[in-house]
Amino acid sequence: MDMINLTIDNKPVVVVKGTTILEAAKSIGITVPTLCHMKLDDLGIENKPGGCRICVVEVKGRRNLAPACCTEATDGMEVSTHSIRAINARRTVLELILSDHPSDCLVCAKSGNCELQDLAHRLGIREIHYKGEQSSYRADTSPAIIRELNKCILCRRCEMMCNEVQTVGVLSAINRGFSSVVSPAFEMNLDHSVCTYCGQCVAVCPTGALTEVDHTGAVVRALADPTKTVIVQTAPAVRAALGEEFDMEPGTLVTGKLVAALRRLGFDYVFDTDFSADLTIMEEGTELLNRLKRHLEGDPDVKLPILTSCCPAWVKFFEHQFPDMKDIPSTARSPQQMFGSIAKSYFAGILGIKREDLVVVSIMPCVAKKYECGRDEFAVNNNPDVDFALTTRELAALIKVSNIKFRLLDNEEYDAPLGESTGAGVIFGTTGGVIEAAVRSAYELYTGKELPKIEFEELRGMEGLRKATIDFNGLPINIGIAHGLRNARKLLEDMRAGNSWYHAIEIMSCPGGCIGGGGQPYHHGNVEILKKRQMALYREDSNKAIRKSHENPYIKKLYEEYLGHPMSEKAHHLLHTVYFDRTR
Amino acid sequence: MSEYNFQILVCGGTGCKASESEEIRSSFVNLLNEYGLEEEVQVVLTDCFGFCEKGPIVKMMPDKTVYVRVKPSDADEIIKEHIVKGNQVERLLYRDPVTGTVVRDRQHMEFYKKQIRIALRNCGFINPEEIDEYIAHDGYMALGTCLTEMKPMEVIEQIKKSGLRGRGGGGFPTGLKWEITAKVPGDQKYVVCNVDEGDPGAFMDRSILEGDPHTVIEAMIINGYCTGASKGLVYIRAEYPLAISRLKIALAQARAYGLLGDDILGSGFNFDIEIRYGAGAFVCGEETALIHSMEGCRGEPTFKPPFPSVSGYLGKPTNVNNVETYANIPVIINKGADWFASIGTEKSKGTKVFALAGKINNVGLIEVPLGTTLREVIYDIGGGIRGGKKFKAVQTGGPSGGMLTAEFLDTPIDYDNLLAAGSMMGSGGMIVMDEDDCMVAIAKFYLGFTVEESCGKCAPCRIGNKRLHEILERITDGKGEIQDLDRLFMLSNVIKDASLCGLGQTSPNPVLSSLKYFRQEYEAHVKASHCPAGQCKALVRYEVIEDKCTGCTLCFRNCPVGAITGEKREVHFIDQSLCIKCGVCFEKCKFGAILVS
Repeated sequence: MDMINLTIDNKPVVVVKGTTILEAAKSIGITVPTLCHMKLDDLGIENKPGGCRICVVEVKGRRNLAPACCTEATDGMEVSTHSIRAINARRTVLELILSDHPSDCLVCAKSGNCELQDLAHRLGIREIHYKGEQSSYRADTSPAIIRELNKCILCRRCEMMCNEVQTVGVLSAINRGFSSVVSPAFEMNLDHSVCTYCGQCVAVCPTGALTEVDHTGAVVRALADPTKTVIVQTAPAVRAALGEEFDMEPGTLVTGKLVAALRRLGFDYVFDTDFSADLTIMEEGTELLNRLKRHLEGDPDVKLPILTSCCPAWVKFFEHQFPDMKDIPSTARSPQQMFGSIAKSYFAGILGIKREDLVVVSIMPCVAKKYECGRDEFAVNNNPDVDFALTTRELAALIKVSNIKFRLLDNEEYDAPLGESTGAGVIFGTTGGVIEAAVRSAYELYTGKELPKIEFEELRGMEGLRKATIDFNGLPINIGIAHGLRNARKLLEDMRAGNSWYHAIEIMSCPGGCIGGGGQPYHHGNVEILKKRQMALYREDSNKAIRKSHENPYIKKLYEEYLGHPMSEKAHHLLHTVYFDRTR
Repeated sequence: MSEYNFQILVCGGTGCKASESEEIRSSFVNLLNEYGLEEEVQVVLTDCFGFCEKGPIVKMMPDKTVYVRVKPSDADEIIKEHIVKGNQVERLLYRDPVTGTVVRDRQHMEFYKKQIRIALRNCGFINPEEIDEYIAHDGYMALGTCLTEMKPMEVIEQIKKSGLRGRGGGGFPTGLKWEITAKVPGDQKYVVCNVDEGDPGAFMDRSILEGDPHTVIEAMIINGYCTGASKGLVYIRAEYPLAISRLKIALAQARAYGLLGDDILGSGFNFDIEIRYGAGAFVCGEETALIHSMEGCRGEPTFKPPFPSVSGYLGKPTNVNNVETYANIPVIINKGADWFASIGTEKSKGTKVFALAGKINNVGLIEVPLGTTLREVIYDIGGGIRGGKKFKAVQTGGPSGGMLTAEFLDTPIDYDNLLAAGSMMGSGGMIVMDEDDCMVAIAKFYLGFTVEESCGKCAPCRIGNKRLHEILERITDGKGEIQDLDRLFMLSNVIKDASLCGLGQTSPNPVLSSLKYFRQEYEAHVKASHCPAGQCKALVRYEVIEDKCTGCTLCFRNCPVGAITGEKREVHFIDQSLCIKCGVCFEKCKFGAILVS
């Protein structure tokens, strides 16, 4: 391996050839400020357009300053990250960026979590010497995402996520020069585009240019309405991330505090989406086994592989991009929507109230869930199965505004009957989790035998595309896992070309699965946070007494009392859906 | 070709075409047919002769008489007098502005005397739509030599030895660029011709393609042979329709002659060229931006390295050269590297084409040996400053260059001298300014261009140039303050130091050079609200001198906005709140009764 010797701020450093100045500096504890740069190591995601010029450093003998994020270290290089020339340029460039940025930090959704604000603080900007015209764009709101482009600093992270990671291709830089901005083509609104609302643009935006639509106000009003019974469901990935909003170590599980906080907020019942995740496994697992059975019997019309359908952004993606294949994914609704549907039928029945008097709120790591709960097919007489979907971040804001000392809360338990879940439901929150949960149940239901080992290590990890073969008692079942829509696209294109090897594929839009969702606390480019969240979910799973969905006693009860059996007519009506051709 | 007794060469460059040269050509053709002379006289629409100031130009062969500022209605007289009677049409001959004497051919015109034409050698001499005319002027001879007698590295050695440097602005040694691309391993490589010429007033690349497209094709094939590329791409702005149409004709002819395609000249070498259109973004002249544009992406630059030679079009090794650079290649092969290297200065060999514009008598396209002084270009070739005014500055290098004052008039023009003087060679724009030009306004003009043309990718260029422009606007509006001068200076330096690509790294040059050489003009604007050149309208005030006003009403009648009031034979009055400072009153007044302050 070629090694490079250089000095940074007079400190000698040895790095592998190909290392950037930024990385070399980091290796000796020097953090050069950056703004547009973002690297999620294990996910293979990197944004380094070299556009913000905040990371410029002085390299001896070089005519101009070098951007540390894209300049490779070379042998004998002498770098100064804090020469007067570098600092002056860095501060001036930041002043320029600030001169074209609204200074309404006090009322910005991103205040306190804004990388631009942090940088202004770190570089000690006290005055803007170059004032002038500020960009003025029309704000765009959609069912899930708000774009306030006056706050866009052209870091292009969202564009990279939308194009390279997700291959959705909605966002790109348009116009030239000072009028440049990141937008859908022809400045069309997001909701007229093929945007999936995956929210990865929101997840990486360093400023308040991209945020989720805020539904906290509506939830507070519902909670204050004495005529309504307000219940809440919490998605698996929320418990592994919410603590970060309260300065807890990433990867801290806060399930009990989460439940306690929701009770303090006034929810009448605190339930768990993990419950409906178990329900999803029952429906989707049965669907898989049915298709498999028909396939083994030689039915030529059977569609295999089966694709998971929990992720609303993924659903919208294939409705736009692969409508010819819309009969391939499982027809099972997502856990959020199964919960809503059961809550407003079965549970409303138990309470003896009309569905209109029951308000279902969900806490999701996701912004696409806001869009999903608004889809027409998930409503009865215009009353939606899920009324409001809040992101993890919105819940944190609600907790803060309600004077709840989150860290000091004692753990509490979910309510029955929709709060009981298994370890299988918990791991829905990470890439590979849904398929692992499905395999746990499908194996036992198919073979009639107990699993020798519950954990399927071969299905876990952070690789964008993974595959494994699981032995179903002599029948090899080929499993595929994709997270990030680019990887999903690859699998779909193979399938369309007739080259698919799989029986079942799990697809999640967000890198890492829901733990990396667009509604989670901002990771600010630190991939370790995502990995810690993932480990937390596996920890929660292994601590559960019941770890297979079909063994959840309340799920059994639900089928006995209400649904009959998986894929029954009632289940079909309440728990399954249809997909639409949304070609644009 | 030579069966005709006479040839009439009509300039078909874009400029002359705009002055009805097409109509001139058709008048000649129609009249010759009418007089039954079509077998005797051939009419050829050539390309630019360079002397645009005097266009449309018509040149008579074989006697080489040049007629200037010809109109379609002159065709009859030229045929009757020149062709039939053998008499020159005196009134259409060029007159030396200094001596007043008639100059009958171009060798004796001051405009051409100091020029050496290598890149422009065929422009205005051959019909660019006839490959045979190019071949008759040694065309494709260099290609034959390279393919049959030389190994690729031998050709590259010749180019290196010639000392040719990139003519697009950067001045990177061409041979070295070729060598790097040649040595990078790759199954597919590309050579690209950069025709994204965008400096205001610069049109040399367009003229070469319009006038001599085959020379570019020939050079690209040689470049492909040397670097191992089988495909050439010409990236040309779509607003060059004439160049595009001539290039298309040339490509088809070259293909028909087996000079493009498989097994060129039996050498086993395969090469073909495709045209890619640009939408006219200035920044696409930067090679990485150009490549992204060709790939169908947004035309914006990316950080180098990797250089295109290593990873360019579609990630493959790509050699990008501009039109003028290519136009030198066949000549270097034909006449030898030593011959080429004997022209020019120590580090800048050969000639350079400049588009001479601004306040100069002879506007046009010139090609001079590197090392020629600015004085020779401006006074000998350019014929000096228009209207006998005083020279103030010359801007070289377009919006990326700087303003050079009279103290640099005797500086030999080459890459290094211009850079040392705070300007640059650029692609060859040369705009001359006289005492009536306000340097602050000129800097503002160039910054306005850069603000328009910045791609918006990096913050210093996107926002910094905008702020520079705003400060300059403030100053020319009389709202500047003395601290603005420091702001301009400091901000300019950061933009140069921190921008991503050549555009931002050079865009403040007009500001910095004007600040350096014309600081007193800036100071006059901000301290005394005075524009010494009288160009900044906001600082100009038109008033009636009561003693001189006769009440003739001429100013009143001509004022376009009704700002002037007054009865006949009474003193008039200008309402400052309505006045748009157009200056019509000043121009029209016969009594000198309008005071400009």
